[in-house]
Amino acid sequence: MNLGLEVLLKGSNMLRLLQGLWVALKISLIAVAISIPIGLVLGILMTFHSRVLHVILQIYLQIVRIMPQLVLLFIVYFGTTRLFGINLTGEVSAVIVFVFWGAAEMMDLVRGAVSSIPKHQYESAGALGMTKKQTYQYVILPQAVRRLVPLSINLVTRMVKTTSLITMIGVVEVLKVAQQIIEANRMSSPNAAFGIYLVVFILYFLACWPISLVARHLEKKWAVN
Amino acid sequence: MSMEFIAKYIPTYQKAALLTLRLGVLGILLAIAVGLLCTTVQYYKVPVLRHIVGFYIEVSRNTPLLIQLFFLYYGIPKLGISVTPEQAGVIGLAFLGGSYMAETFRSGIESVPEIQEESALSLALTKRQAMQYIILPQATAISFPGFMANIIFLLKETSVFSAVSLMDLMFTAKDLIGMYAKTIESLSMLVVFYLIILLPISILGNIVEKKLRYAGFGT
Amino acid sequence: MSEPILTISHLVKSYDGKTNVLNDISFDVKEGEVIVIVGPSGCGKSTLLRCINALEPIQGGQIRLRHEMITQHSSNIYKIRQQIGMVFQSYELFPHRTVLDNILLAPMKVQKRSREEVTAEAMELLSRVGLKDLADRYPRQLSGGQKQRAAIVRALCMHPEIMLFDEVTAALDPEMVREVLEVMLNLADQGKTMLIVTHEMEFARAAADRIIFLDGGGIVEEAAPDEFFSHPKTERAEKFLRTFTFERKKKIAGGKTKNEE
Repeated sequence: MNLGLEVLLKGSNMLRLLQGLWVALKISLIAVAISIPIGLVLGILMTFHSRVLHVILQIYLQIVRIMPQLVLLFIVYFGTTRLFGINLTGEVSAVIVFVFWGAAEMMDLVRGAVSSIPKHQYESAGALGMTKKQTYQYVILPQAVRRLVPLSINLVTRMVKTTSLITMIGVVEVLKVAQQIIEANRMSSPNAAFGIYLVVFILYFLACWPISLVARHLEKKWAVN
Repeated sequence: MSMEFIAKYIPTYQKAALLTLRLGVLGILLAIAVGLLCTTVQYYKVPVLRHIVGFYIEVSRNTPLLIQLFFLYYGIPKLGISVTPEQAGVIGLAFLGGSYMAETFRSGIESVPEIQEESALSLALTKRQAMQYIILPQATAISFPGFMANIIFLLKETSVFSAVSLMDLMFTAKDLIGMYAKTIESLSMLVVFYLIILLPISILGNIVEKKLRYAGFGT
Repeated sequence: MSEPILTISHLVKSYDGKTNVLNDISFDVKEGEVIVIVGPSGCGKSTLLRCINALEPIQGGQIRLRHEMITQHSSNIYKIRQQIGMVFQSYELFPHRTVLDNILLAPMKVQKRSREEVTAEAMELLSRVGLKDLADRYPRQLSGGQKQRAAIVRALCMHPEIMLFDEVTAALDPEMVREVLEVMLNLADQGKTMLIVTHEMEFARAAADRIIFLDGGGIVEEAAPDEFFSHPKTERAEKFLRTFTFERKKKIAGGKTKNEE
């Protein structure tokens, strides 16, 4: 049976798929690069003992947690045109949504990492005569970073996986390219969908799995005892 | 905003929400079963099967549901196996959720110190009794927050079901936007219906979690 | 001379197959005897107790409870463990059960005794160790000393022939150590057979019928307590006992101590 693997070898089909994957990866990388600094700042703001700030950021986090990312994508992609008359491309909408989402998740990771440092660490640094800045610089942040890094790498994996959704707001990425290839070869290889979608599946796995492995490795290496 | 439009299409959204819920609940129940099975295999280190489970967990966690669904719904039938959209949705959710459940259950069990089991054994309890009376109750309480997070995560993931032509909430919203250009109304209803589904679960989860914490678990 | 309850002969324990944590250990415990095992950290004391309760596989020798061999594979290991009570350094109460439910679990599930009967006994024992009013508390609501006394009651309720105590006061605040040791002394007075691993030397001297000094995985010295503490026979025992006493070197002019030359 002809399951479509030879379709991949035809012309530049495989290359086109990879380019499609790159579109998805690029969007997640841009989104990560913007979310991390925003998340860091918001996360540190969250550890301050300001009631108002805390409530606002909590509401933000809960919105992000409860709404499916696809709903957010729809709101930004379809909604902004309607409300503000701006016509956002799918790519730009995707970056906006992923930053909105990623920054919230990152914020919560930072908050978790910083607040997981036992109170005694602050006290013993203080007892050694360190200033607040020195305490953060030499004692708290180095420990917090070790907890944070593996978790934020995991966030990258989630981000890459979630970029698969952008096909649903019309961005031409790997899934869309796959559909196009299948469509174009419908007559010659009617069963190509199996092989092509399997390859897309494997491509996503190959993009995410190594990142997960790195995260797990660091998590083990830096585990507290 | 046209209230008339909203009133007219509430039943359509209702129907779509019920579809999401029905498939979601079914998929989640299956995911729990898959998760329990995987955890059992891994805990008792069943030869061969544990490697299969390990591989499955890696694949499931490192691929998006949307791609899993495409392969399931458009790819698999080319092998001569027919798959309905509903089957694809439920199986896809179980395939994705099974690994998340398994990881949550596993870490729950692992977080019960080994010496708790030894303490039970030293009281002459059998391994099975130690599991039943000592490890599982504690592991369940510890896993609970992760378990609830998984349920919310999986219900959210159902939002891609429209990709396999299931007429769920996303499908309905997109359809109405396309047909009548009532974007704001359609999107508002979409958000409200997702809130109706997800908010109660989220709140319930928080309440139970607090109760468990007060019940004396996790010294 | 009564027949020994517990007989350990030529016991060998190794975790990696190369170095022996316990090397050719042999001794008996007779009915009503209180044996205290002392020795430096890492000498294998705790491992020894874990082997006796078959929590660890052994690589050589035998452990017998009366005539029954104790190994992890004994078909009647669950019968044997009912005869052996064990108390851990970290209490290991079950955090999701109240004190009373901790105590009831094994007698009811393992020995199939009635709730009424075990509850009556448990309450009696709890009041004897001063915990009657805490029966319905969860472990996290108890102090360390209270937890450890509850753990002792939990083990006693199974009516074991011999009790193992694994550094049961090592995790406790000093003022709580005494309340636990008193309970153990009482048990000794009642004629309970006990095997105790501890770092509390004063207690060892008072409670023990016999001291076993373990070092480097072997028994270095075995003696009556007064003899062991006053006139240790080996240099290693003497050195070990010296770690419990302190002396200040005399200061001399210039802030240097005498021995610093």
